[in-house]
Amino acid sequence: MNKVGMPRGIFYYYYKDLWTNFFDYLDVPYIVSPKTNKKILRMGIKNSNDEVCFAMKVFLGHVAFLKDKCDYLFIPRIDNFKSSNQTCTNFLALYDIVRNIFNKPVLHYNIDLEHKKTIKKGLFYLGRCLGKKDKEIRKAYRQAYKDYKEKRELDIKENISKLKSEKLKILIVAHPYITYDEMLGKDITDYLSSHNIEVIYSDKFNSKITNKLALKYSKDIYFKYNKDNIGALKYCENKIDGVIFLSAFPCGPDSLVNELVMRKIKVPYLNLVLDDNSSFAGFETRLESFTDMLGELHD
Amino acid sequence: MTKVSFPIIGNYNIPAYYLLTHVLNTEVISPPPITSKTIELGVKYSPDFVCTPFKYTLGTMIEGVEKGADTLIQLGGGCRYGYYASLQEKILADLNYKVKVYNLVTAGKPSLKRIIKIFKEIDSEFKSVKLFYYGLITLKMVKYMDKIDDYIRENIAFEVEKGSFETLKEEMLSAFKSIKGFISLRKTYKKYLQKFKSLKIYKPDNYLKVGVIGELYTLMEPFANNYLERILSDNKISIKRYTTATYLLLKKKNIMKKALKKLKVIKYNLGADGADNVLNTKLLCNEGYDGIIHLKSAFCTPEIGVMPIISKIADEKDVPVLFLTFDANTSEVGLKTRLEAFFDMLEMRRDK
Repeated sequence: MNKVGMPRGIFYYYYKDLWTNFFDYLDVPYIVSPKTNKKILRMGIKNSNDEVCFAMKVFLGHVAFLKDKCDYLFIPRIDNFKSSNQTCTNFLALYDIVRNIFNKPVLHYNIDLEHKKTIKKGLFYLGRCLGKKDKEIRKAYRQAYKDYKEKRELDIKENISKLKSEKLKILIVAHPYITYDEMLGKDITDYLSSHNIEVIYSDKFNSKITNKLALKYSKDIYFKYNKDNIGALKYCENKIDGVIFLSAFPCGPDSLVNELVMRKIKVPYLNLVLDDNSSFAGFETRLESFTDMLGELHD
Repeated sequence: MTKVSFPIIGNYNIPAYYLLTHVLNTEVISPPPITSKTIELGVKYSPDFVCTPFKYTLGTMIEGVEKGADTLIQLGGGCRYGYYASLQEKILADLNYKVKVYNLVTAGKPSLKRIIKIFKEIDSEFKSVKLFYYGLITLKMVKYMDKIDDYIRENIAFEVEKGSFETLKEEMLSAFKSIKGFISLRKTYKKYLQKFKSLKIYKPDNYLKVGVIGELYTLMEPFANNYLERILSDNKISIKRYTTATYLLLKKKNIMKKALKKLKVIKYNLGADGADNVLNTKLLCNEGYDGIIHLKSAFCTPEIGVMPIISKIADEKDVPVLFLTFDANTSEVGLKTRLEAFFDMLEMRRDK
């Protein structure tokens, strides 16, 4: 049986529940690359040119790790969720880039709502590529999508309930592939929670609400995932003590959107930019002074 | 009275100025040419890792505002370019300049409706009929300019009398400024095309041909690429460039639709002009060009993404590619050394 390789990077953090459930229900064996470690990072740097964004270097490292351990790589392409909800150009290009860098068959699906390519159609296409019958796919899709929705709603509920906490509350404004990655954001969120701080994540909000709120900062914004992030910031601007902006160097959308938001908010903020040379020790000092300051303001 | 200005890209400020002065009943301030002071201003007030065109256009905007403009017009493309206007407006506001920045193209798609709406906001007496008429003339002017520029790029390296092409080009550009309508535009174009063709050139048998591809701003604004095309022509190299305003405004959509079906290396659009450059690499390789130079501004995400694909195609066809990144600190000396090494290599390959 053919094995599908799922790199633990970028897209994975948005859709992991949907994908793993879908493959489980379809009875397709798959392998997910391990959490990012130094070896994967090194492989990523080796396989990418040096100007690429750090998150993509990590992603390519995961791909390189999986290359000899599976039969197909699984890399979707996300173009847009309608014309006012576009994504970073890396999301558009990764499928073709990986196909050209690594000599390996790549499975994919394409989300392009402007041309009516929905996620449902995408997963059907994927299922057919794996040689499954429409009936099986429909069943697997329905169940997987239901599970994914339920899980997501639970996450959102839990995240929002943190806003009522008595502790010091900090919102992390970052893309999930940075916040939850072992080598990128995990150290920072771990540091915060170990210092008795409530960490709220900007990606775990209802995007129908946040996308509308994002327009209050700027009417022209058209990056879907940044809308999610800054909409969440608007949602809880008055309920939190501080904001930490986390971005990978040199993230295209973040460089403009975060800068604009920083110029407009009144909450104290800290801007951390991660790259392949950054070490946690450097961030620790900055985090410490930031949380100390927030603590004093809180009292 | 409102005073309108806009950032500069190459020589396209002439058609842009022509359009705005004829369509709007406001004063239009043509942006001053980019100098190192412009860039200093732009860099000083821009966020760190934003792409270089942001810094350059911010610099020209500040200079335009200091000349008295209070309304600025910015464009957008299929990447973060479309988001420049919002942030630039905020930066200018933080600097205590009272200006409004309008973004004609958002989310990568130009729409006539949006342009008409914005022009009405700027000038309440604006009539859309005027926009259609003068818009068409402007498009035609851009088309003619690009056609002549294509001829210049191909032949300027072999001019017999040094500087003859550039002097004539200056003359042509000032003639374009005082166009009255379609007929006089066509006459001027024909006249200057004839003049250019009658300029004496001497082409040796074995001259080098190089194609330049890459990100649009760095390609089209000579100051942003340290006058790369001039360096090329000084070294007796004929230049081919596909990316022009005509291509971006009129041809891109149809060409890419067809090309994506045919190209095997890529299946989808890669954002901004990524896929176009993959196609252009293929064309340049097939047409027997000696080398390719790929230009981009620092941090240009789509172009960084296509770099491995471009080098893969060129490797297969055995055509050398030079990747150059430009930012506000690019030194001319360093650039020249790299280019000269590249030219030497091309010549050695020729001799073999």
